This record gives sequence, structure tokens and C-alpha cells, in this order.
Amino acid sequence: MEYVIEMLNIRKEFPGIVANDNITLQLKKGEIHALLGENGAGKSTLMNVLFGLYQPEQGEIKVKGKKVNITNPNIANDLGIGMVHQHFMLVDPFTVTENIVLGMEPKKGVTIDMKKAVKDVKEISDRYGLKVDPNAKIAEISVGMQQRVEILKTLYRGAEILIFDEPTAVLTPQEIKELTQIFKTLISEGKSIILITHKLKEIIEVCDRVTVIRKGVGIDTLDVEGTTPNELASLMVGREVLFRTEKKTAVPKEAVLEITKLNVKDARGVNAVKDLSITLRAGEIVGIAGVDGNGQSELIEAITGLRKISSGSIKLSGKELSSLKPRKITEAGIGHIPQDRHKHGLVLDFPIGENMVLQTYYQTPFSKMSMLNNKEINKKAKKLIAEFDVRTPSEYTEARALSGGNQQKAIIGREVDRDPDLLIAAQPTRGLDVGAIEFIHQRLIDQRDKGKAVLLLSFELDEIMNVSDRIAVIYEGNIIAIVDPKETTEQELGLLMAGSKRKEAGEDTHV
Amino acid sequence: MFNRVQKILIPVISVILGLIIGAIVMIISGFNPLEGYSALLKGAVGDSFYLGETIRQITPYIFAGLAVAFAFRTGLFNIGVEGQLLVGWIASVWVGLAFDLPKVIHLPMSILAGAAAGALWAFVPGILKARFRVHEVIVTIMMNYIALHLVNHLVRYVISDQQNTTERVPETASLKSPFLETLTEFSTMHFGIFLALAGAIIFWLILEKTTAGFELRSVGFNQHASEYAGMNVNRNIVFSMVISGAFAGLGGAMEGLGTFGYAFIHSAFSGVGFDGIAVALLGGNVAIGVVLAAALFGILKQGALIMPIESGVPTELVEIVIAIIIFFVASSYIIAYVLQRFKKGAK
Ligand SMILES: Nc1ncnc2c1ncn2[C@@H]1O[C@H](COP(=O)(O)OP(=O)(O)OP(=O)(O)O)[C@@H](O)[C@H]1O
Ligand SMILES: [Mg+2]
Repeated sequence: MEYVIEMLNIRKEFPGIVANDNITLQLKKGEIHALLGENGAGKSTLMNVLFGLYQPEQGEIKVKGKKVNITNPNIANDLGIGMVHQHFMLVDPFTVTENIVLGMEPKKGVTIDMKKAVKDVKEISDRYGLKVDPNAKIAEISVGMQQRVEILKTLYRGAEILIFDEPTAVLTPQEIKELTQIFKTLISEGKSIILITHKLKEIIEVCDRVTVIRKGVGIDTLDVEGTTPNELASLMVGREVLFRTEKKTAVPKEAVLEITKLNVKDARGVNAVKDLSITLRAGEIVGIAGVDGNGQSELIEAITGLRKISSGSIKLSGKELSSLKPRKITEAGIGHIPQDRHKHGLVLDFPIGENMVLQTYYQTPFSKMSMLNNKEINKKAKKLIAEFDVRTPSEYTEARALSGGNQQKAIIGREVDRDPDLLIAAQPTRGLDVGAIEFIHQRLIDQRDKGKAVLLLSFELDEIMNVSDRIAVIYEGNIIAIVDPKETTEQELGLLMAGSKRKEAGEDTHV
Repeated sequence: MFNRVQKILIPVISVILGLIIGAIVMIISGFNPLEGYSALLKGAVGDSFYLGETIRQITPYIFAGLAVAFAFRTGLFNIGVEGQLLVGWIASVWVGLAFDLPKVIHLPMSILAGAAAGALWAFVPGILKARFRVHEVIVTIMMNYIALHLVNHLVRYVISDQQNTTERVPETASLKSPFLETLTEFSTMHFGIFLALAGAIIFWLILEKTTAGFELRSVGFNQHASEYAGMNVNRNIVFSMVISGAFAGLGGAMEGLGTFGYAFIHSAFSGVGFDGIAVALLGGNVAIGVVLAAALFGILKQGALIMPIESGVPTELVEIVIAIIIFFVASSYIIAYVLQRFKKGAK
């Protein structure tokens, strides 16, 4: 049997935690190999070891049967290993080509041969069906395109083995389909792929084999053919996982959030939200479905005070919010799980404890006479860490050191715990494992059952259909339909999201 | 980025490397490094007079270092410490000369005048940054020049009658201490060092223990998340600059009311404010680090004055050593990398 990569008995420790404990992963040539495990199981760590970002305490790595010592990413590059990180590493004001050739520019004398660079990039892009415009600026292309630039970057450097760390977490369903196609082309061109993902369906659809790790320990490697999502889930969590969250029918009460004729401009000054009206009641979850870029982000930023509105009104239990500062809005009773956890959700250099009181640090009991009460802060953090199963060595650990999923759980814990009248959850389960997703969905439903309103934004139709009591379809900045998840199908939603109006719903948007 | 141990090891190793390379330079230029360094040490702490002088020298370094570090913790680069220090100096002397009050009121008032002037001088770049996003580095550099010429004008035409120096501040506004002076064989040591140490404690208290400090640190690390969490980013920028400027102004007051006891025409910048940048960098922008780094700078600079007399090694050598230390701290990645290699090799 021919393995292109063998990671044998890898052990990697961090202060207070063994992230990888004797893990073995073998990658065959031409296969797509999934790496599956709960949040904090050690997947990213293992891949960072392979890419030369971390040095293992124990174990060895073989590339094509030869023992190697990968002490930095340059060596990984030379060995034909490329990595597409979950958080992209691109220079925004540069063009696609400039980003790709950065560090290994083709030279003409002493100047960069830009013509050749563009040509090379175009060639690789065409060969793998990536359809990237070599001259576009990074800041101007979509997240999905940026990801392709990352892929191109590895290919340009001659990667034979590509590592993808949760590539689909940031993509829309359509983009995911296209990425799957790209995977197939890569394989047919003789590449091999390691794929980290929490989406079991994806594994079943595209992968050949899967290695499961749990709490840093390798559990098993098995062929994907013949497994089921249920089997994979229980292997990785160590118990049975239900896929459908059980919930009673909603009993909506008085209106909590009333938005009327809202207009909001985006960063470029273009109207992103247009005359949008919607009402959320206490005791219901409203899901916002829509293709990315139809005004969802602007809508949420407007409600939470992070973006100025141009006209209209936003009322929380009758109180006008639209001219208030974020602090006042938070105090009025809004919780917000933001879409971008690194940009908005956390101060990565703060310990988890301080992050848990990011909006409440000045209130009793966390502060007394303008002095911080660290004892109370850490007590609160400890409680939330336990309640939301945030896997961290302690509340003093910097948020940066947590795995992506555990960072997300920390944010959700903080926001749910404040028990806001309106909880805005933007892609709350992005990057979470199936067990955690189930738990978070249950918590959202619990909030609803307690008589709170929940606004859920998600690009996953499954999630929208499962959790919401009503689904509002947003298209070009407007709610074009409100549907009942029990009476609709994914197909119908898909059509609506693409802008085809449904008569009766279209007339009845302001409920 | 770096773990705790590295954060402490990097400056320590940098200092050792600086001294070693300094020694090599001495050998190359035909001096005995052992003699050179022992002369330096003697000149800095060799007897109580030198010790007193060194402590006096450390005082403004602590304040300048705290000023730079405070702004830096909020993500701001205060290059204007020099100017803030100068206006603090002149303001404290002016209040010292203008009033006739009992010491318990006069001295604190003069010191606070220094802090207030420094704060005001830093308020300008703070508000420009907050309101119009003008970069604070550019504004603070310009404010340095304005301060220099303004202060010189005040000394010559307003506070004195076309003299190069003002009069001495009266005893009621002076930090000088006959007790400390006799203790140190009549060095210029004054009460300022105690204020500087108190300043370091206040620095630590504000940043680590208060809700205001929580906001300042948060804004320094991540403005987006701070805004999301309801903090007023702009207000924190201004606030941070004001506190930073107040520390710088206090440093100036120490010179005006303590070391010199008067203000004088500066033909060029004093350099203390710029050294503050190096002190903060070496001290890792934390209070205890700044105090230790200031102590090192004080020792090196003071010792450098005696070194040529005792061993023939020219004063400039100390500048080389300092430059090398700063070079290594600034390129700490090199040291971190070597440390990591070293750790692996040991396994
Ligand atoms: N730089 C670091 N310093 C300290 N601990 C770390 C560091 N990076 C990761 N860890 C810890 O190692 C463990 C494994 O983290 P890792 O990021 O590999 O998880 P993961 O499997 O990728 O999880 P997720 O699905 O949530 O991304 C976690 O407990 C995490 O807290
Ligand atoms: Mg991960």
C-alpha cells in the first residue's frame, strides 16, 4: 500500500493539555481523507504539526515513505504540502495574482514579471476549474473566491497534498457544491487531500476514508463506504446523537422586535436593506434565510447599533433603538452572537474569563466602585465554561488558545446567559461539532420556551428548517416571504431565496 | 504570541547580548572590557553619590516609559512624550514661581500642573485621532516641535526677562530633599523617585484593576470587539492619550521641580522622551518591566559619564550597547526562534 503521508504516533502538548496523544494518520495517494472529531479534539493541531507550524513532542512524519523533519511551513511547501487555513492569510489591497506569487515572484532581471505571473495563475486556475480573475483585488471578491485564491496559492507552490481546515464553514451551499467539484478535479490531477469538517454529510459525499479522533486520541480509521452519519457521530462523540432537535409548537406572545420600513446602506454606500419590515414576538424563533450578501449582515448590524440606519424604525418592546449606541441597545435587552467570532465576538488576547464579561464588566457584581472584581468574573466564567462545555485548561487561558469551536461555545454561553429579550444568533453553530450543535439548538429553543424572541441567521437550510418557528426569506434587502417550516420544502426555500416571489406570502410580509 | 517565559527571557537575553557585543567592541578598539564595565558599574552605583545620581536619572525614565507603555496598551503610539514632558516641565516651574503658598498645597499643585500640561498636550493628538482618524504618530511628532519652541519662548519672554533660564522655584514648590542629599554625599537625588514608583503602581492599578483599564486594554487589542461590546472606542483613545501625557508631564515636573529646580532654553530635545520608547519596549509595556528597564537605562547612562575617566572607554560605547539591546528586543522573533530550537535540541 502506498501512503503519501504518514503521521505516526504524534504527540503534541500545550500548557495544561495534551492536544494530540499518540495519533496516527495515513494518507493514500489520490484519496480524500476526512479528519473528524469534536471541538477541541485536536484536529487543527495535528494539521499544524504536519504543516510545520507546531513541533510534536513525539512521533514521526513520513512523506512518501521517507522520514522527514518539518520544522517550518517552508519545509512543508518544499515537500509538496499545502494548507488552506480556516482564517485566510491574504493581503487585502493586493490583487489575486500578487497574493499568489508573493514570496516567489517570477523575475525579469530585477523586476517582477507580472505578465508571466498573471499568465501562470490563469493557467493553473483554468486547469483546476477555479474560475478566478487574476487581476481582481482581494478586498473586492467573495469569501468563496478568496478561498480559491488560497487553494491557488498552494497549487502555485507545487502542492501535491492539500490540507483543508473547515473549508465549508464559511461557504454558502452553492459555494460548497462548487468546492466539492474542485476537490474532484484536484484528485483527478493526482493530488491527495486531507479535509477537516464537522459536516458528516460532506464526509459521506466526498471522502474515501475518515480518521476519527476524540479528546486528542485516535479512535479509528475507516472506509466511508458503508458508514452512516449516525455511526460517525457516535464514534466521535462517544454516545448516540439525535439529529433532529425536539421542540414543542411555539406560543408566540406580544411583539418584541418591530422593524418598519428600515433602510440601511452598506460599507460602499449602496442600499443593502430596503424598506424592510418584520415583527418578532416573544416565544418564537424567526429564521432568516437568504443567499449571502442580501442585506443580512447590514440588518443585524443596524439592530445592534453597529451600523447607522438611513431611515425607518427599530423598536424593542416599544422602545425606539435606532439612534442608540451599542451599549444602550445591549442594556435594553439584546444579545448578539456575531457572525465573525474573531473580529467581533472575542478579544483573543484576553483570557476566557474577561471575555465572558465583555459587555457586563462594569456592572455588579463584576465591578465595584469602578474596580474589577476578578473573583466574581472568574466565578462567572467557571460556571459558563462548565454549563456550555467550553473545553479549556482554565478560565485564565487566552481565548486565542482555544479551538475554533470552543471559542464559539464561549460566545454563545456569554450571550445566552445574559438572558436577553431578543437573542440574535448569526450562524451560531458555524464550526461546531454535531454534539455541540444539538446542544446549542436546544439552548435556543429553551430561550424561546422561556418567552424570549430569537432571530436566527443561517446559511444552512437544515438549521433554519429545524430550529425556526417561522422563516423569513430575505432577498435584495427585503423580506420577500414568510413561510412556515412545517409547510415548506428546501426546494421552495431555494427558489424563494433566488428571488422568485410567492404571491400570497409576498403580500403578507408584515406579520 | 509569546508565552510568559519568553516574555521575560527575551529582554533579559537581549541585555546580555548587548553587553557581550559591547565587550567585543571594546576589545576591538583596544580596551579591556572588564575594566570598562567595572568602571561603568562604579560610576553608576559605586558609592552613595553615584547611586544618588543614578536614581535621579532613573526617575524621568520611569515616567517617560510609563507614558509610552500606557498609550501602547491601548494600541496607540505616543511619540510625543518628549514634547509632553517639556510642557509638563515648564508648567510645573511656572506654577512653582507664580504662587506663594504653604508647601503642602504648593508642591502638589505644581506637580499636578505638570501632569495637566502633559495631558493637555497629548489630548490634541488624541482628539484628532478619535474625531478625524489623523494618525497620532504624525501629530505627536509635530507637537514635539511646537512644545520645544513654545517652551523656549515662555522661558525667554514670559517667565523670565530675556534670560536663558527661569529663576529657581521656591522651597515650597521644590522636590529637593536636603535629607536625601546628605544621605548621598550631596548628589542631586530628590523625592521624585518615590513619585515615579507610585506612578508605576498607579499604572498597574488603572490597567489591570479598574473597569476603565479593562476598556483600554480591550480597545488596544480589538477595536471591533470593543465596539460590539458597547465600549466607546473614541473616548478610550482620547482617555488613553490624556493619561499617557499626564505621565510624561509628571516626568517633566520631576526635572523642573527636582533635578534642576528651574526651566531653561533647550537648544534641542532632551532625549528622555524618546528614550521612553526604548524603556517601554524593553519593559514589555508592563509597570514592573518599565521600572526595571528604566533602572537599567539610568545605570548605563550615569555610568557612562565616569567610564572614560576611569578606564578610557568613550561614553559612546553605552549608546552602542543600548542600541544593540533595543535591536534584539525589537527583533525578538530571532531570539524566540533560537529559544525554540534550543528547547528542541535539549530533548
Ligand atoms: N496555541 C495553543 N496554546 C494552547 N492550547 C492550544 C493551542 N492551540 C490549541 N490548543 C488546545 O489544544 C486542543 C486542541 O485544539 P484544536 O484547535 O486542535 O482543536 P480542533 O479539533 O481543531 O477543534 P475545532 O473543531 O473546535 O476547531 C484544545 O483544547 C485547545 O484549547
Ligand atoms: Mg480547528
